[in-house]
Amino acid sequence: MIRFDNVAKRYPTGREGLAGVDLHLAPGEMAFLTGHSGAGKSTLLKLIGLLERATRGQVWVNSRNLNKLKHRDVPYHRREVGMIFQDHRLLHDRTVFDNVALPLVVAGMGHAEIQRRVRAALDKVSLLNKEKSPPISLSGGEQQRVGIARALVSKPPVLLADEPTGNLDPELSAEIMDLFVQFNQVGVTMLIATHDVALVNSLGKRIINLRDGRVESDTGASAA
Amino acid sequence: MSKGKAPKFRRNRNPLTWLLRHAQMSLSSLGRLSRNPLSTLMTAAVIGIAIALPSGLHLMIDNVRNLAGGWEGASSISLFLEQSLDDSQAEQIRHTVSLRPEVAEARLITKDQAMDEFRALSGFGSALDLLDRNPLPAVVLVRPSAAASSAEATGRLARELEAYREIEMAQVDLQWVRRLDAITHTLERGVGVLAALLAAAVLLIVGNTIRLEIQNRHSEIEIVKLVGGTDAFIRRPFLYEGIWYGLIGAVIAIILVLLALFLMQGPVERLVGLYQTRFDLTLLTSGTFLAILFGSPLLGLAGAWLAVGRHLKRIIPE
Repeated sequence: MIRFDNVAKRYPTGREGLAGVDLHLAPGEMAFLTGHSGAGKSTLLKLIGLLERATRGQVWVNSRNLNKLKHRDVPYHRREVGMIFQDHRLLHDRTVFDNVALPLVVAGMGHAEIQRRVRAALDKVSLLNKEKSPPISLSGGEQQRVGIARALVSKPPVLLADEPTGNLDPELSAEIMDLFVQFNQVGVTMLIATHDVALVNSLGKRIINLRDGRVESDTGASAA
Repeated sequence: MSKGKAPKFRRNRNPLTWLLRHAQMSLSSLGRLSRNPLSTLMTAAVIGIAIALPSGLHLMIDNVRNLAGGWEGASSISLFLEQSLDDSQAEQIRHTVSLRPEVAEARLITKDQAMDEFRALSGFGSALDLLDRNPLPAVVLVRPSAAASSAEATGRLARELEAYREIEMAQVDLQWVRRLDAITHTLERGVGVLAALLAAAVLLIVGNTIRLEIQNRHSEIEIVKLVGGTDAFIRRPFLYEGIWYGLIGAVIAIILVLLALFLMQGPVERLVGLYQTRFDLTLLTSGTFLAILFGSPLLGLAGAWLAVGRHLKRIIPE
C-alpha cells in the first residue's frame, strides 16, 4: 500500500529530513513511527500526503508513483489519504458537523449522503451529541476526535496521524489508540507517528524507529 | 502489487452536480458578504462610484448631443438680398428659392419688416428715425427640408444660393452647432479614457479586497487543501465574491446615475426653457444599463481572478 524506495528529502534550507529510507507497508497493516523529534517522522508522513515531494527515490501509495503525480491530481490523491494532526487543524468558525463534512463537500458529495456519513463518523468517535457545537467549546481530546472523524469520513484506504496524542493525558491517548486499532480492524492501512513509546509497546503492533532520517529498527518489516 | 497499473482517480463530471455546486457556492459567497454588510457595502460603493462617474458623464454628453442634433435639424439659412431690390423683386426671389427641392420653407422679411423688428428689439427707436433711408436689406429665411438638414447639405445649399445675382450673402447658423459637436466628441473621448482608468481602479479594488480575504482565510484554505480540495474548488468562492462585489457595485452605480438625473431634471428644464425648445433628459438607454449590469460583475470577476491566481498558489499546507 505504501512503499518507499531509497527516499531522501532535503529541504531548501539544507536540512535533511530523510536520508535514504526503504519501507513497505502492506494493505491493511498498522505501524507506528517512532524516533526523536527531527528524526524524520513528520517528513515521512508529509511525503505520503504529498505535502512535500521527495528529492530522491520513489514513493508509492496505493499503486501510484507519487513522483509522477501531476499537480492537478494531488487533491485526488489526498482524498485517499486521511490525515490527523497534533494540533487538530479544525475550522473554528464552523460547527463540528461542518468540520467533519469538509472532505465530502470538497469531493462534491450529495447533501443526504453527507448527513449520513458525517453522523456515522461522529458516532464512531462518540461525538454525535456535539455535532452542532463549535470546536472551541470541546476539550482537547474531543477536538482530536473531531479531527479523526474528519480523516475517516471519506473512508480513505490510508490513514496517517502525526503525534495524535501529543497533547493528551495517558487515559485519553489510550482511547485514541483504541480507535485507531478499531479502524485498522476494518482494513484501513495506518501509519502513526508518535514518541509515546510506552503506549506503542503496549499495543504490540509493528514499530518503525527512525534516527537521523534513516530507519534504525523495524520490528515487523513485511517482505517488499 | 505496488508497481501495477495505477487506478484512475474518480472525478465528478456530472454537469448537473457541477451546476448545483456553483449555485450553492455563489449563494454561500453572498451569505459570507452579507455577514459583514458595512465593509461589503463600502467596497461596493467605491466600485459603484467609480462606475457611475463615467456612465453619468457619458449620459450627459449623450443628452447634449441629442439637443444639438435637434437644433441642427432646425438650422436655417439667412439670405441677405441686394439693397437695390424692391419688395416685389424680393418676393420673386423668395418664390424661386422656395421651389428648390432642398427647401422646406422660405419666408420673406421685407426691408420695412426688418426695420420694425430692429426698432422693437434694439432700443434704437428714435435714433433710427434720423436715418433718411432704410439701410437694412430684405432677408429670406430658408428652412431646409428634412433631407437636406445635415450640416453638410445645408452648407452646400447655402453656397448654391449665394451664387444667385440677387443674393448678396447666405449665412448658415450652423457653425456653433458644429463646434458643439466637436466639443462633445472630445469630451466623449475623455470620458472613454476616464472609464478605462476607473475600470482599472475597480479591478484593483476588487483584487485587493479579495487578497485580504484570502489572507484572512489562510488556515481555512490550507485545511481545504489538506482534505483534497482542488484549486478550482478553493478558487470558486473568491471568484463569486468578486462577481457579487461587481454586481452590487453596478446596482449602486445605476442608483447614483438615476439620482443625479433626478436632481438635474429641474435646472435642465429651466435652462432649456430659456432657449424655447422642448427637451427631455433621456434616461439610461438599455445599452448603457446592460453594459453596467454585466460589465461591472465581469470586472469584479477579473479582479478576483488576478488576486486568486497570485495568492492561492503561495498557500502550501504543512
